[in-house]
Amino acid sequence: MEFFRSHVLVCSGVNCSFRGSRSVRAALVEEIRAQGLDKEVRVIETGCFGLCEAGPVMVIYPEAVHYCRVVPDDVKEIVEEHLRKGRIVDRLLYKGEAQVKGVQTWRQIDFYSRQKRVVLRNCGLIDPDSIDEYIAREGYEALGRALRMQPMEVIQAVKDSGLRGRGGAGFPTGLKWDFTARAAGDQKYLICNADEGEPGTFKDRLILEGDPHSVIEGMAIAAYAIGASKGFIYFRGEYKLSIDRLTHALEQARAYGLLGKNIFDSGFSFDIEIKVGAGAYVCGEETALINSMEGKRGEPRFKPPYPASVGLWGKPTCVNNVETLANIPSIIRQGADWFRSIGTAKCPGTKVFTLTGNINNAGLIEVPMGITLREVVYDIGGGIPHGRAFKMAQTGGTSGGCLPEALLDVPMDIDSLATAGSALGSGALMIMDDSHCIIDVVKCFLQFFRHESCGQCTPCREGTQRLYELVDKISRMEATEKDVELIRRLARTMEDASLCALGQTAPFPVLTTMRFFPEEYEAHIVHGMCPAGVCAAASQIA
Amino acid sequence: MAIAKEQLDSAEKRVLQIVSRYGANEEHLLQILHDVQADDNSLSEAELIQVARAMDIPLSRVYGVATFYSMYSVRPRGKFIIRICESAPCHITGAQSVIRAFEQALGIKMGETTKDRKFTLEYTSCLGVCGVAPAVMINDRVYGNLTPDKVQEVLSACEND
Amino acid sequence: MKMKSLDELKKLREKAQETIRLREQEEGTKIVVGMGTCGIAAGAREVMLALVDELQKKNLKDVVVTQTGCAGLCEKEPLVDVIRPGEPKITYGYMTAEKARSMVTSHIVNGQVIGEYVIAREDSGD
Repeated sequence: MEFFRSHVLVCSGVNCSFRGSRSVRAALVEEIRAQGLDKEVRVIETGCFGLCEAGPVMVIYPEAVHYCRVVPDDVKEIVEEHLRKGRIVDRLLYKGEAQVKGVQTWRQIDFYSRQKRVVLRNCGLIDPDSIDEYIAREGYEALGRALRMQPMEVIQAVKDSGLRGRGGAGFPTGLKWDFTARAAGDQKYLICNADEGEPGTFKDRLILEGDPHSVIEGMAIAAYAIGASKGFIYFRGEYKLSIDRLTHALEQARAYGLLGKNIFDSGFSFDIEIKVGAGAYVCGEETALINSMEGKRGEPRFKPPYPASVGLWGKPTCVNNVETLANIPSIIRQGADWFRSIGTAKCPGTKVFTLTGNINNAGLIEVPMGITLREVVYDIGGGIPHGRAFKMAQTGGTSGGCLPEALLDVPMDIDSLATAGSALGSGALMIMDDSHCIIDVVKCFLQFFRHESCGQCTPCREGTQRLYELVDKISRMEATEKDVELIRRLARTMEDASLCALGQTAPFPVLTTMRFFPEEYEAHIVHGMCPAGVCAAASQIA
Repeated sequence: MAIAKEQLDSAEKRVLQIVSRYGANEEHLLQILHDVQADDNSLSEAELIQVARAMDIPLSRVYGVATFYSMYSVRPRGKFIIRICESAPCHITGAQSVIRAFEQALGIKMGETTKDRKFTLEYTSCLGVCGVAPAVMINDRVYGNLTPDKVQEVLSACEND
Repeated sequence: MKMKSLDELKKLREKAQETIRLREQEEGTKIVVGMGTCGIAAGAREVMLALVDELQKKNLKDVVVTQTGCAGLCEKEPLVDVIRPGEPKITYGYMTAEKARSMVTSHIVNGQVIGEYVIAREDSGD
């Protein structure tokens, strides 16, 4: 068998032929023979490569180099340089320009152009395992500067920025720090709440995985401000990767002296320990989280006293959300005025949202507070897939509210969403198309609450169970108007009498959907039919 | 119900080792239970008794914690725990059909364990990977963008682990 | 090394920036795989392994494979960026081990971007 060290494949497809591949091939065979390479190089005609707009095309193996727009005059150079000397002829290389020119640039993609990245400024850009890459992007500069300020000055800067907690409640962060700083006691603690359990929320995890040092730096600054020497990050047990990344990041920060004793020679000492939960949604509530950290069942405590005065092991404790803390370094570095220039007057800054459900660009976004729901869904989110229609958006996660199409222009900030009857919450944003049934999805939310209620207080333990049963009854077309009244009364009891936010907000999805989608309830209760055809199908199976 | 002395003895050494790694302070109870459970994905009565003794905490309290959190189990479970998310974002992207596919492939219902103690099917609350919903977590690994067709593939990946 | 002052931090920052700049100049091509949990759940680990394996097979030593966190487009994970000196960054989406291997042959070896896998490119000023 003959052995050829190189094979040249020349396209003989219709388009390349039309552009002159036949004469290129003839010239090539001639030139190879002239240079005495015909025993080593074989020329083969092939079918279309699919790069017709760049033809005539040839591919040289074993290197698999593609040359395009080859004319007979190029042949001599190809044989001389490539086949004889092994040097690739750069000018003829196929650069893929034609294809890439047609592709949108990042700036052209609405998904990115409408975003404002403060918290996520490094996510997806740096290697999270490298502290040097964080430092190269101004990392730990803010900590250095904060340690030259008085703790009260740091608190004042955060107060001036107007930053409000990003975990859901929206309490002013500076004020929370102030309470803890003023509380009596030598030992104080700082806790970073990474017990992210709200369905549809995964921002904290991706912040900690993508840019762990921004949270560590934020924690060190917070600890200095409130006078804590010890900090904890409480993770969900399910977040294995985040725990590994963070453990590594903490070691790097200690090695550089950015954690530990006498940081930046300022006399301030601080270190962080990781605590891992074991699967309980309610531990996202700060007093339940504290109980869990003490090794107990994660049941919420009565408030007051608030953790700022009586927290972990009875000491003054400040609990902040991951995203809140990740905002701190930028605020210290760029100032309160800069921060206030983003977002709205009452809710300055950005908010990280997690887009889920029936939406084209599901994922993680960061936008200025006050952007409308419509912009998020259609411009950034890319709209609803498969040509279906928007039906509802649930903001704030399972304990948030469900908004109909008529409210798409509501500004996404803490106060506007509350006024509209929903909540900003943790930033979960679930979009649902018209193939789904409101009753069915509300049942899914209630299933969640009934499972996650910790059982400590009666209104929540019994309420979540009964609420589920009542909505289940609606989905089975067995409910009457009386049941609707029962739901309303039960909801009021739970809102008024539950110990913590879990029970207080569990009726939210039922109440908001009853308000915004009454026709859907009516169809199930009065007409015994499910407009989306979901409940009927489910009951047939069952 | 009395518990056999052999069971208690065999649990003792391992539990003591784990407790000494963290210290007997109650704050470490959750981590200690994670480690004790790591061998067979469940906490036996003997193990709970030994944890209570080693840490000097009432057994009722240890049991209370072990049954409060969903990641612990006082019932035997399989080598692979398949935690299927049934939160709303997974629900509306097809989690139900994935659940049925797992149940069919393994011949068990949600909450049950296969006879060979290999697989357990459990619900979990949101896994935080809703961008690639529907998702499941098998032991430490998360699998996303699932469809009923992919279930067999995921199960064989476990077998080959 | 423990840092004692802001000046020392500034020096370290300048050194880190310089190292990154040099690395980008010298090391030629850089491939970045999105390795957040979302990426891994969508198969980024397999993509990463396939890339490393394919580069070894082809003996491409001046190509660096590194990782990053979630870039936000979870739905299009696994995401892979290819940064070649003097060319705009290309981001591929919905990658698989198979696609990653053909990307190495086509893009890394031949400079030929596989248009159908690309979800975006970085601005190059044009």
